[in-house]
Amino acid sequence: MFEPLLNSVDLNLLKNRIYNASPADVEHVLQKQHCTPDDFPVLISPAAANFIETLAARSRQITTLRFGKTIRLYAPLYISNECVNACAYCGFNTHNTTPRTTLTRDEILTESDVLHRQGFRHLLLVSGEHRARVPVTFIADIARMLRKKFAALAIEVYPMETNEYQLLAESGITSIAVYQETYDRTRYAELHQGPKADFSYRLATPERAAHAGLREIGIGALLGLSDHKLDLALLALHAGYLMKKYWKAQISISFPRIRQAAGNFHASETITDSQLAQAVFALRMIMPDADLVLSTRENQTFRNGMAGLGITRMSAGSRTNPGGYSTEDNALEQFAVDDQRSASEVAAMLDNKGLEPVWKDFDRFFLS
Amino acid sequence: MQITLKSFHSLEVAELKELVIAGRKFTSRLFVGTGKYPSPDILRQSLVASGTEMVTVALRRVSLTEPDPTIAAIDFEKYLVMPNTSGAKDAEEALRLARLARTASGLDWIKLEVTPDPVYLLPDPAETLKAAEVLIKEGFIVLPYIHADPTLARRLEDIGCAAIMPLGSPIGSARGIKTEEFLRIIIEQASVPVVVDAGIGMPSHAAQAIELGADAVLVNTAIAIAADPVLMAEAFRLAVQAAEKALLSGPIEQQTHAAASSPLTGFLE
Repeated sequence: MFEPLLNSVDLNLLKNRIYNASPADVEHVLQKQHCTPDDFPVLISPAAANFIETLAARSRQITTLRFGKTIRLYAPLYISNECVNACAYCGFNTHNTTPRTTLTRDEILTESDVLHRQGFRHLLLVSGEHRARVPVTFIADIARMLRKKFAALAIEVYPMETNEYQLLAESGITSIAVYQETYDRTRYAELHQGPKADFSYRLATPERAAHAGLREIGIGALLGLSDHKLDLALLALHAGYLMKKYWKAQISISFPRIRQAAGNFHASETITDSQLAQAVFALRMIMPDADLVLSTRENQTFRNGMAGLGITRMSAGSRTNPGGYSTEDNALEQFAVDDQRSASEVAAMLDNKGLEPVWKDFDRFFLS
Repeated sequence: MQITLKSFHSLEVAELKELVIAGRKFTSRLFVGTGKYPSPDILRQSLVASGTEMVTVALRRVSLTEPDPTIAAIDFEKYLVMPNTSGAKDAEEALRLARLARTASGLDWIKLEVTPDPVYLLPDPAETLKAAEVLIKEGFIVLPYIHADPTLARRLEDIGCAAIMPLGSPIGSARGIKTEEFLRIIIEQASVPVVVDAGIGMPSHAAQAIELGADAVLVNTAIAIAADPVLMAEAFRLAVQAAEKALLSGPIEQQTHAAASSPLTGFLE
């Protein structure tokens, strides 16, 4: 399990390595042909910020070799905003009083039709944590319904047991996203109440999903909850561990920055566009094969610039409130979307940049 | 093998990850084969000069039940003796040999070598996997000899092999490390030790393998058929040690091409 490895990390050493890295340290790492996770703290360091153009060039080269001149597109489909957790930073915090809803099967179908017409063939089904309103069997049922029209279905819902992931895998779910949010235990305890407060259970979730045979495992951190460079280094360690142990699974990594959400949570630190870009380049340099995901939390200029430099997957035209694609109903959003462009506008942008928008990168016939 | 993650873990001094196979620690990263020597006495001296702690013995060449000069030349107290199944053409033959070896000697360790082609002696991946599965179930400590196939290496690791032994080039060819690209991948992905075996012709090849990150090397022909095997054994010992020190010294790597480019990151201002 990852937890013993995480516990073994000397955090002071790691912090020191990140914040006291010198330009000479950065140059030493940059002259390597293959960077390893052990180089990540130097690549993410403040010292390396001055080398950002070099990092960008290396990241672009590695990404292009491995993934070609393509960006995969997906859409999140929020099926419910009901939640039993009280996470300080999230719009779905159980204490937030704005309207909650769980879509019916038919409503989900309608939403999916809209997305299908926009061109999407990969969906991410999202919900808060509410086992009573959004039971595993319901998600399985939705998967069976949607798998006929969509090439791949991912979920970003509450952590489950291995046998539950197995049921979902049999129903047509191919991937899972579960973010640890922050790897800082103390901070994690401050921010979470409810079942999600169990740090260890959440930490082991990607492994339970991989055991069940899910093909793509997405992990991430919500940058701004704690020291973002430390969180990124531990996230990189986590990704490396999963890649080695579950060698048949594709690992994907997300690194959303805190956004304005209902409840007015204020982040520990502001992460600049440069810092996030550096994070992406650093991850790409140590992990040529990871799928790096950028959502519509980020602004247009940033997303446009980053496409082709290291990012391999983007959402587009997102609505983070259940029913948001087919109705005007302003049910509670999880976060405020910044890049409001439609899917076709994003696709056109990619096209202009010499990148092919990839709508389909899997096939339901891989699954039995 | 790697230098432990020094950005994440405190170390008193830089150290290489210890070589431990099936719970047994080895301080020498040079393993030596015992075939092709001009005499048992030269063999004995060469093993001493090599500093090795692990030797392999071809079961088809020795008798474990009658007095045997090669066996007599090997100090079973000093070295871990690992029989190999060289000459086996398929899984069944390898299994019979392995079981025979264990019955006769009580030794659990087995180097699994399934080589149906007597010309190039390249290992049969399908038969190797098949035999490994059975041997592991029967409680053997299995070290399979394979081509430098990363997927096969993973499959063998998954079923419980104690180490992986990918080739540098064909057995006895002395052509050196021809599989570098793939050894690199195997080394990166393996969670068990990687022992580069076969084709190592010169000490520099052994050093190269260790510098690449292999946990150990197995050398036979290069030592056995040198004009002075004892001196060659010493040379190999020094080469492997040189490579270990080089890794600990934080070496410079090959330069990537510097690429001038128009600004990619202008959008960040």
